[in-house]
Amino acid sequence: MFTAFYYLLLRDLRLAVRQRHELANPLIFFVLVVSLFPLAMTPTPELLQQLAPGVIWVAALLAVLLSLDRLFKQDYEDGSLDQLMLSPNPLVILVLAKVMAHWLLTGLPLVLIAPLLAMFMRIPDQAVTVLMFSLLLGTPVLSLVGAIGVSLTVAVNRGGVLLSLIILPLYIPVLIFGANAVDVASDGLGVRGQLLFLGAVLALAVSLAPVATAVALRITASR
Amino acid sequence: MHMTENDTRLLQSENLECTRDDRLLFSGLCFELSAGQVLQIEGPNGSGKTSLLRILCGLRRPDQGCVKWCGDDIVGSREDYYANMAYIGHLPCVKADLSTEENIRALLDTRTQSASSAGIGRVLATVGLAGFEDVPAKALSSGQRRRVLLAYLLLTQSRLWILDEPLTALDVQGVGLMETMILQHREQGGGVIFTTHHGMKLPCEMRSVHLG
Repeated sequence: MFTAFYYLLLRDLRLAVRQRHELANPLIFFVLVVSLFPLAMTPTPELLQQLAPGVIWVAALLAVLLSLDRLFKQDYEDGSLDQLMLSPNPLVILVLAKVMAHWLLTGLPLVLIAPLLAMFMRIPDQAVTVLMFSLLLGTPVLSLVGAIGVSLTVAVNRGGVLLSLIILPLYIPVLIFGANAVDVASDGLGVRGQLLFLGAVLALAVSLAPVATAVALRITASR
Repeated sequence: MHMTENDTRLLQSENLECTRDDRLLFSGLCFELSAGQVLQIEGPNGSGKTSLLRILCGLRRPDQGCVKWCGDDIVGSREDYYANMAYIGHLPCVKADLSTEENIRALLDTRTQSASSAGIGRVLATVGLAGFEDVPAKALSSGQRRRVLLAYLLLTQSRLWILDEPLTALDVQGVGLMETMILQHREQGGGVIFTTHHGMKLPCEMRSVHLG
């Protein structure tokens, strides 16, 4: 069961490395949006600092949203998804492997590049670690919850809008608490509560989202 | 391969019904497949052949009735059923950016099956792809991609094969290969269910289910 998890994860990572151009897209999007912001509004350093948490978090959220399509689309189109569903291993485990690969390829790079963007946006040093932590806890939730939406819309032509409508409401709590943590940290206050909340949401998403995704995939396949 | 006595029932369909967009495709469909039997699903386009095959492998839920594997409903015995069944649909299931061998391994990995490189090489030679181990799948023709799937089919060592239009894109030699594979599988006590529009003349007893 865990070998199946491991090999599927490995396969997805290998495929991503061979399709490098697609791999860079969410990261470039993230960096572009955040770095264009100060150029467009010539803000004072104080104003920039105030806007920074929101801007960075919204950009990260949209970057993940744009990359979600890749999660199951290719497998659906070439029939591999049927083969995954015909595996003697639990589909939940295989889904978890795919989502983990997705996070390693999109969420993690966003976390790693965040300090650079924090510098652009003049986020104070003490808040940079909090920014990275909030993204580290928040982006896996975005991938996990996104997987539910993708599994429902993968068979729909141009399901992009539908996908956003389904999952954006579920992204909101993560966005609020993630951005708020960075905001509060910039003011030098404690952020334990926000980070604990994000951690709790992550625990909930890890345990429930793959189950929901597996069920949704079976519904999609039975059309 | 697990050898079984010839009268063992592999798959039973009981009273299957399927509707698609409010159109009744078939209802009250009952048949059995025992070890060593070949079953062809016949019917014109749109008569529900693919839907039936997807129901038989549990990808689609029937509107009525059930499918049983060795006497148990497949919904409850998924693990055992899927470890002994291989399905090949219309779609290639092949990743353009992986090599032939990597593609086969990826498909086997989801079943937690492994194969030696030598074993894969041997099977690739059987399906006419000798020496193609490291060739990326994007360099293969569509017929060759179907042959990759045939190699996978052989490596799964499944007792039951469910094949949706297995002759698609295959040349004359490929059709011959498919026929030989089915005959050998049957002799080894396996079961085969397939659909095809091309006339497949198998020199063995063949049962058929007619839809539409």
